[in-house]
Order: sequence, then C-alpha cells, then structure tokens
Amino acid sequence: MQPTSSKKTPLTFDTIAPGQGLAAALKKSRADIIGEVAASNLKGRGGAGFPTGTKWNLAAAAVVRDGGAKYVVCNADEGEPGTFKDRVLLLDYADLVFEGMTIAARAIGATKGILYLRGEYVYMRPHLEAVLARRRTDGQLGTDILGTAGFTFDIEIRMGAGAYVCGEETALIESLEGHRGEPRNRPPFPVNTGFLGQPTVVNNVETLASVSAILARGAAWFKAIGTEKSAGFKLFSVSGDCGAPGVYEFPLGISVAELLDKVGGAGAKAVQIGGASGTCVPAAEFGRRIAFEDVATGGSVIVFGQGRDMLHVAKNFMEFFVEESCGQCTPCRAGNAKLLEGIEMLERGACSSAYLQELLALCETMQLASKCGLGQSSPNAFVSIMTHFQDEILGRTAAVQRART
Amino acid sequence: MLVSQQQKLQDEIRSLAGRHGRTRAALVPILQELQERYASVSDFAMQVVADELGIHPAEVYGVVSFYAFLHHQPRGRFQIRLCQTISCDLAGKARVARQLENELGIRFGETTPDGRFSLEWASCLGMCDQGPALLVNDRVYTRVSPEQVHRIIDDCRKVFGAHAAQAAHAAQA
Repeated sequence: MQPTSSKKTPLTFDTIAPGQGLAAALKKSRADIIGEVAASNLKGRGGAGFPTGTKWNLAAAAVVRDGGAKYVVCNADEGEPGTFKDRVLLLDYADLVFEGMTIAARAIGATKGILYLRGEYVYMRPHLEAVLARRRTDGQLGTDILGTAGFTFDIEIRMGAGAYVCGEETALIESLEGHRGEPRNRPPFPVNTGFLGQPTVVNNVETLASVSAILARGAAWFKAIGTEKSAGFKLFSVSGDCGAPGVYEFPLGISVAELLDKVGGAGAKAVQIGGASGTCVPAAEFGRRIAFEDVATGGSVIVFGQGRDMLHVAKNFMEFFVEESCGQCTPCRAGNAKLLEGIEMLERGACSSAYLQELLALCETMQLASKCGLGQSSPNAFVSIMTHFQDEILGRTAAVQRART
Repeated sequence: MLVSQQQKLQDEIRSLAGRHGRTRAALVPILQELQERYASVSDFAMQVVADELGIHPAEVYGVVSFYAFLHHQPRGRFQIRLCQTISCDLAGKARVARQLENELGIRFGETTPDGRFSLEWASCLGMCDQGPALLVNDRVYTRVSPEQVHRIIDDCRKVFGAHAAQAAHAAQA
C-alpha cells in the first residue's frame, strides 16, 4: 500500500556525481555553456522536443525590463497520464535537477529560479526544501556561487493546485502570476516575455537533470547516444499490462517492440506512447521507433493487453480532456465534449460511419485551431484508436458492450 | 460567522499577505494556505484577500474556481482523491471506487454529513506503475485493493479521534 521504488534499470544519472556539471560550467563562458548544450542536441524532455540550446540562446539575448530579473523555471507539473519519471528524479536526483537550473541561470544570466511542483506531489516538498537548504549552505545557491564573483541565484518552490493545463509553459506562468491557468497567445514567447513580463526559461525536470550530465561528461558523449535527430538517453514511465511496470532508461530511437520485450509486455494489443495526448500504436506498428522523428514522447508508455477494450481506453482519455480543458478556446472546450459524446454513441452502437468521419474532421479542426498544446493534441488518441480499431468499435450491441466492460 | 472569528481570519490573511507579499503573484500561495487551514476558501476570506492584494473579489473567485485543489465549498477533514486516469483504471480503480462509496455512504463529489470525509476523483497522480492509487490529504496509497479501503478509512478515523481528544484536553486545560 505504501509506494515502492519505481526504478527498474540503473540510470545514467547514478553515474553523474552531483556538482561535477556545475563546476565544469563555471569554468566556461556563458556562450560556451550554451554552445555545449546546443552541441549535445538535447531536446526538451517534456515531450515537445524544443532544442534546449536554442531556448537558452534566445533567453540569453533577451533584455530585462524595468530593473527586473531573468527567471529559470523548472516545470515539475508532471501531469501527463502515465508519466511518473519526474517523481523519481525529484526524489532521488534532486541535486542534478537544481544543478541544471543553476547552470541554466549562469548561461542566461538569471538570478531567480522557481520549481513549479504539481499539487499532487506536495509530499515531496520537505525533501526538496531540505536539498535546497543544503545547497545554500554549501555555497551552490546564493551570492557568489562557488566563489564565482557576481553569480547570484536562488530557487524557491511554488506549488501547483491541480490543473493539468499548467504543464503548458504559458499557463504555468499565468498560474505563478496568480491567475487562472489559461495559456497565452504565443508569440511573445516566455524567453522574451515570461514570468512578470521578464525573459524566462521553462525547462522540464528531466531536461535540467540531463543538462547537469551533459556539462559533466561533454556534449560529444551525449550526442553519441540515441539517433541523429534524437540525441541522448531518455527515461520512460511504463505502466499498464506488462510484467514489470516502472521507470526505465533507454536510448532514444528504441523500437516499441524492443521496449515491450524489456518491460515484459510482449504480445500486447497496442501501446499508448506519450500519454493521453500521445498516439496509440497498434501491434502491427510495433517496429516504429520512439524518437522525435517517429513517435515522440515525454516518456509515457501505457501497455494494453489483448483483452482490453480500446473504446473504453479512448473514453478514459476523453473524460480526462473534458475535465482538464481550461475552457478558454472553443475548439478545445466544445471539441473534447463533442468527441466524448461521440464515444458514448459508439458505446450504444448508435454512431454511423458518416458521423464518425465528421468527428475525425472535428479532430483536425481541434488540432489546427486550438490555442495551446492541450487542445491541439487531445484528439490524437481518439484519431489513432478510431483508425486502427474501427473493427471492434463500430456496430456495438448492448451485449458486446456489456461483455467488454 | 462570529465577529471574533471574522477578526481572526482577517488577521491571519493580513499576516499571510505580509509573508507572501502584497502582489498578485502571491495570490495562489495565500489561497493554498487558507485551503489547508480551513478546507475551503469562504466568500469572506476571498473578500479579505482581494482587499489585501488590491484586486476585485471576482478575480479571486475566478482563481479559486479554476484549480481542483482550491474549494469554495467546505470539504471534509480528510479528502480522499482516487486516481481515475487510464493506468489506475486498467489496474482496477472502478472496484476501489465502489468500495469507497460503500464504506463512506457518499458518492464521488460529496462530503460525509459529519464533515470528516470527502470523496473526489483525481487526474493522474503519477503512481501509474503502482495503481490503483489514491491520496488522503498529502499521503499517497498505492496498489489499493477493495478490501484495503476499510483500513485506510479506519486509519483516518483513528487520527481524527486522536486530534479530537487532544483538542478536548486543550480545552479543559
């Protein structure tokens, strides 16, 4: 009943001594730190995959307004269904995460850091505060960090309050500013106009821990792992119908089949890659690779065994999005509700193919016209499940529906 | 609410605003502390917070109503939040949900008449490899089976009993 460790494989982060990356960074010029991160080809680990070096470069070049400061925000609002690798990182490797924030601060010239921790993870706060306190005592936070004159940076923890959409960086910033977590129009991007209108870098927990590793070991080492377009190792949160669910580390570019083999999920019916906002990959496509150039992911892998009803899976995802849509823009607010209604019609066996096609067209509208990533990606699972499993979904009778749930 | 209670709450909010700063960015942390202490943020509290930060009370209400962990209506002393997301669903959350309703005699979204328990759904708690998972206030329970539900609720009742006994002692002394 009490949580147990989720780690299933040794992690590269075990081999990175805390402090190494920051020490290496402080020997470099700001431009060289960013150069190193850019050369590693590290892309955002939250799932969107924006190049970290590019983001830092933009923030470094941005100008502070009205005597304010630049900010580094660690996005620890891990809310994507099926994702829990940040929980492991925050509990077991917090130093590497805070170190990554400190390196980012050095690189862009930030003086303030904020860890935005999701409300559901409030039980981790005492541990994280203790790590921060120790880092202050050790001179790794505060003024003239590790003897570097003029390098001042500190980190505070701010709690989320139970809103999935706040994982979107502009919604997260709205929340930090004391508003409803409604995403902003972009541009302007946070690197220019972020928290309190100041240049702000928002990076995922795993991205920041990876930065510490890259500075410690060098960009060439990191780049040699993974594929050309998707460099490095990645943590995967594996759950669902498999022998050994938990957190795994694999190089990017691993095929779905290889991954399933290693987690005891061989023979699965389908795998959801990337959480509720990701894609459902059917068995016929298990040769596909998990990488930014094929099936992109923030690390969530949910395995569905042969007996699972895919319409039930689609319904669970749509219920999630109806609940979590912030309601600000119409394609997302009304679209998700319409898709859920469609699923309920399918359950009753009362949906024509023509209407299903209309729903799929609506999905396209949502993907194109929604304001933020939530609405743009919420139809993904619906589309992939309806495309690959139409056979078991259309023409349900009451008896079929009962047998399947 | 009694005038003395109002005064106490007002003083508390002033001190919170003093600590977190009288800026809009302090709004959510202030509301979170009020939520923790009172299990809800009342109309009166919202008005005082608005006055302290120099914003309209409707703005405060807008924020309270947006976040799942801030409540306008009072919630139970123990808030039980069962994860409804896919991995916990596959792991059998439906039966745990049914048993929670049976043990507490309330449905999801409701609070027991004695104000001790409220039952809510949560979106992914990040315990997907150990589902079904639920939160009781800050505490996580994983791999919950229907037969364990009774024990979880019993644990809360014991804590509640201890608190009540302490409070009674304090009142006598």
